[in-house]
Amino acid sequence: MPLPADTDATTPKYLRDKYAIVGVGETTYTRGSGKTTRAMGTFAVRAAMQDAGLKPGDIDGMLSYSGNDSTPSPFLAGDLGIRLNFFMDVNGGGSSTEALIGIAIGIMEAGMCKCVAIFRSMNGYSQVRIGGTGARSAAPVNGDALHSRAYGWQSAGQMFAPTFMRHMYEYGTKPEQVAMVKVVHSEHASNNPKAFYKKRYTVDDVINSRMICKPLHLLDCCVETDNATCIIVTRTERARDLRHTPALIRGVVGRCSKPRTDMHYQHGPISRVAGYYAKDILWPNSGVGPEDIDAVGAYDAFTFTSMLQLEDYGFCKKGEGGEYVSSGITRLGGKRPQNTSGGHLCEGYTHGMNMVIENVRQLRHDADDYCPIGPDGKRQHTFDYREGGCRQVRNIEVTANLGWANPMTGSAMVMRRG
Amino acid sequence: MSIRANYLDMPLTIDDLDGENLEYFRHCAEHDFHLQQCDECKLLRYPPTTACPWCTCLTSTWTKVEGKGAVYSYEEVRHGIQPAFQARVPYMVLLVELDTQKGKPTEHESLRVVANLTTPDGVLAPPDTVRQVGIGSRMRMVFSDVGPGISLPQWTLDEAAPQPAKPWRYPQE
Repeated sequence: MPLPADTDATTPKYLRDKYAIVGVGETTYTRGSGKTTRAMGTFAVRAAMQDAGLKPGDIDGMLSYSGNDSTPSPFLAGDLGIRLNFFMDVNGGGSSTEALIGIAIGIMEAGMCKCVAIFRSMNGYSQVRIGGTGARSAAPVNGDALHSRAYGWQSAGQMFAPTFMRHMYEYGTKPEQVAMVKVVHSEHASNNPKAFYKKRYTVDDVINSRMICKPLHLLDCCVETDNATCIIVTRTERARDLRHTPALIRGVVGRCSKPRTDMHYQHGPISRVAGYYAKDILWPNSGVGPEDIDAVGAYDAFTFTSMLQLEDYGFCKKGEGGEYVSSGITRLGGKRPQNTSGGHLCEGYTHGMNMVIENVRQLRHDADDYCPIGPDGKRQHTFDYREGGCRQVRNIEVTANLGWANPMTGSAMVMRRG
Repeated sequence: MSIRANYLDMPLTIDDLDGENLEYFRHCAEHDFHLQQCDECKLLRYPPTTACPWCTCLTSTWTKVEGKGAVYSYEEVRHGIQPAFQARVPYMVLLVELDTQKGKPTEHESLRVVANLTTPDGVLAPPDTVRQVGIGSRMRMVFSDVGPGISLPQWTLDEAAPQPAKPWRYPQE
């Protein structure tokens, strides 16, 4: 059968909805887990299997990512009695989640395995700090790093700040507008029992918090936590027999990059991020556009990262991100809520996994908020978004996740309710 | 020969296999800024690379480049992460667009060189100087001497150049 003429080979349309996320699991988000990444990862994979209603013998593929701060797949598989037909542990942080979901689809299409658990396990606060303090910052500065770390230019915030500052210069973006990303995500976190920070913050709280690396205040930065997270991907036909309404994968983009990814901003505009390129894979392959999306998970390592991606994926015009994020659109109850769990800024830092997990639960219409559980064992969502209440998006059908590694590299995914 | 040196109590090293970085920093040690110029398409490039990012040519010639330009973007670090920098805040990381090859080979491209704001003798700038610099400030390159075969290029305000009346600075000051 001939393919439709406009099919992109990256995620051909005939794969739309053919694979689904059927299980999700996570540990608690802590600062001081007191556990190894092996123990946490095992817990998260097991939780995702139970969530899906799968047994160890049903899983035969495993993927993970880390910055050499985790435990490889074979240990977790062995601990849980899973025999693997495929595994791969890759290097990387943010932007890995959606990319690995794409790889999972690829290896299942190739007939190499039939059900894949993807996990990220990290003691991002108590062992290898994601902000870069501790062992990472004390390491000798060698070779190519002489052009960055020798200048005190190392942490994620430090590396990305030239992009953020240039955006303010080019478009007049105001600190008070960007702060609204934190404000809105904190409102959502206040309805999430799992969130590490449940407190609601104001714009004043953000812009009066201490400056870390101008233009980033403390509250513009996410919270380093210890946690493990897992999602399970399999064929949609298999998903029909499982416990939950599947989250069907419409399209994915993996680690799509701008020219010159070497982090020295040789190719501009530097206020542009990878989504500028990724959008041309994401939307055509998903068969939807930004206007069709009911909720977004926009990677919020920093307030700015969310905002910049929303612009370049086309949720608003380039340069109007400040207005967009402070307009109320992104709030629960707004037209297109985002980071409904509180995201990295408030729930916990997972390198992207928790924002996919959240959208899977949203698409099941089963966000784990403070709403009462009814006689049928299901949450009775009130859609009252006041503090300590509901965070389920009403009638949600389609979500987008925008994953970020750095200004030059990003991944993305569209899912729909099965 | 590999290089091992110390700068602000940080160990800096270049392996003996790393020809590109050895050559880059050797010129800096002589207080001369050199970049690789592609032998085929003649474009200069930064930071050092093995191939030309525009034509993939593997050969290049180290060429003297004038260390002058304007601040394209910046950041001001108030909370140091690396031990060497924790006691040296606030300090500035500047992204300076060189006058040489500006807007080439496309309008979005330029040679943008990262370094700290320093005094003319290559010492991290004091807070009152940090407050004077913003996007558009005219800069000239100076060097921080680290050891034999290695100095770090740095940026200092170009005293001889006309400066913008008010360089763009972060709005909340």
